[in-house]
Amino acid sequence: MSTPEREPFTTLTATYVVLPVDDVDTDQIIPARFLKTTDKQGLGASLFADWRERPDFPLDRPDAAGARVLLAGANFGCGSSREHAPWALVGWGLRAIVALSFADIFRQNALKNGLLPVAVDAALHRQLVEARLADPSARIHVDLPGQTVGLVGGPRVAFDIDPFAKECLVHGVDELGYLLARLPDIERHEHAAH
Amino acid sequence: MTPTTLFEKIWRDHVVRQDEGAPAVLYVDLHLVHEVTSPQAFAGLHARGLRVRRPDRTFATMDHSTPTLPRHLAVVDPQAQAQLRTLEQNCAEFGVPLYSLEAAEQGIVHVIGPELGLTQPGLTVVCGDSHTSTHGAFGALAFGIGTSEVEHVLATQALLQHRPKTMQVRVDGALPRGVRAKDVVLAFIARVGVGGATGHVIEYRGSTIDALGMEERMTICNMSIEAGARAGMIAPDDTTFRWLEGRAHAPRGDAWRAAVERWRALRTDDGATYDATVTLDATALAPMITYGTNPGMGIPVTANVPAPATAPAADRAAIAKALDYMQLAPGAPIAGQRVDVVFIGSCTNSRMSDLRDAASILRGRKVATGVRALVVPGSKAIKRQAEAEGLDAVFREAGAEWREAGCSMCIAMNGDQLRPGEYAVSTSNRNFEGRQGRGGRTMLASPLTAAAAAVAGHVVDPRTMMEKSVA
Repeated sequence: MSTPEREPFTTLTATYVVLPVDDVDTDQIIPARFLKTTDKQGLGASLFADWRERPDFPLDRPDAAGARVLLAGANFGCGSSREHAPWALVGWGLRAIVALSFADIFRQNALKNGLLPVAVDAALHRQLVEARLADPSARIHVDLPGQTVGLVGGPRVAFDIDPFAKECLVHGVDELGYLLARLPDIERHEHAAH
Repeated sequence: MTPTTLFEKIWRDHVVRQDEGAPAVLYVDLHLVHEVTSPQAFAGLHARGLRVRRPDRTFATMDHSTPTLPRHLAVVDPQAQAQLRTLEQNCAEFGVPLYSLEAAEQGIVHVIGPELGLTQPGLTVVCGDSHTSTHGAFGALAFGIGTSEVEHVLATQALLQHRPKTMQVRVDGALPRGVRAKDVVLAFIARVGVGGATGHVIEYRGSTIDALGMEERMTICNMSIEAGARAGMIAPDDTTFRWLEGRAHAPRGDAWRAAVERWRALRTDDGATYDATVTLDATALAPMITYGTNPGMGIPVTANVPAPATAPAADRAAIAKALDYMQLAPGAPIAGQRVDVVFIGSCTNSRMSDLRDAASILRGRKVATGVRALVVPGSKAIKRQAEAEGLDAVFREAGAEWREAGCSMCIAMNGDQLRPGEYAVSTSNRNFEGRQGRGGRTMLASPLTAAAAAVAGHVVDPRTMMEKSVA
């Protein structure tokens, strides 16, 4: 884990947007018609494209400007394996998703793009929703090295993260370097097994 | 020796290295590639000056953004055209075999992998596509990955993976008349919900599963991801071996006999345990259809749409939101619901048994006035076989469109799509909002149920249209 490939993720203090829905699927995060690109960049404009046509969609309200965290319900990111989903979320300006739970492939894809998935319990989730409702300038604080999350000015709650993914995020490196360093093991496996 | 499951045997055989505090380095035997999720991965190789390490274990095809109209017509969408050309260039540059639009083997990646005998028991199979779980029907550990991971596999032939948990789904008993594999898996997802198997690899077992053919097993494993599962698998048996023998990439002669011997040992040992178990009584199932906006919102075709007011409190908001999008009346029978489009195809249900089922309903009948019916074979090989059996004529005479192979209206990237507000009965795997076209409303069902809806012009129990002699 040497040269950073992206901005390291340590702590984050930011306003947040609430999308109070469970089972947000990747077809909502970025509809398939935007997958014809061969680039990772420029997908922020297509984030939640079909939902943003609705008046008063949370991401389009004036108070969403500058938000770096999305607060969603359970099973966020279910559906397809498209990494365009985290590319679009990051492209819009988000650095973390706080939710009750995440779909497996989405969680892995997010981690590989410097987008931190933070699973919280129902009590903290409710507190965050209510605080944002009462005050749109409410801020959330995420401390990745310390693995805590909470409202600025409120109690910090511990969250779980895979220690390996945490190391990669904190140092801004990706997994490919780690895998490339294990090529001798991979070659040995090929000779033994095939 | 401790009894182990099918999953555990394959996992153990593929762990290259497991360091403390790190995920396992898992070896990948077969990497399938398509045009939508690979360009950025190849670009990553370019940026780092890397090669595809094992092009001999990598196979590419075009399926998602490809037209299903006659192939002599050019791809009109310039963005799709550029994406297809990028795959051609990448495959040529990196030495990856490609089944392009012109190839006789072209088709949906999850259809042609098994068809070519690339998918075999005991292998690890990955693809930048969540329906890679399909290949688990052969007793392979097969799962979808993101584009970063596609790059990792291209560069190293390995992946970093945490060991998932295991879930057995036991299905026992004979399937009632008119009930198919699609109905089994829709009933399973309705039972556990779209997040019900998150973090798990499913093994489907039991007498119902044993009695299914390979195509039906693929339908079930295909939709494992719709319950949130990492993968779905079924132990290989004589049905598997008979289906595989003689296929282009399957071993031959002594190598075949040795492989079968090895594959037989993959079955879960007696006494092995799973982290979770779900049981289904096949004899109690009916043809299923979805009413909502995720694949867990399924009901028997004879049932009523749920009403938020009488639903469990935890489900009320989701059901109300889904019914608002679908514009369905709470508590009303789903049968009789108007249908504008019928789509028969996708990696879930585009194989010969699916087309034969659809044809059994459409033979001698007409698609209802005002209904547009698309039949899209999963591969060119299936298209040829269906035409040899005269199924194309059955579909055309009924008034359905018989198309070229591809993903088509399942993901609606290629121009085949619903218009806003249209209702479709589709044999595909996802009924998410807008999945088949912006504003489109999808009801998922089996090919039998979809074909019956095409004839009736509304949702109907397919058993009312089946020959008495047909199961």
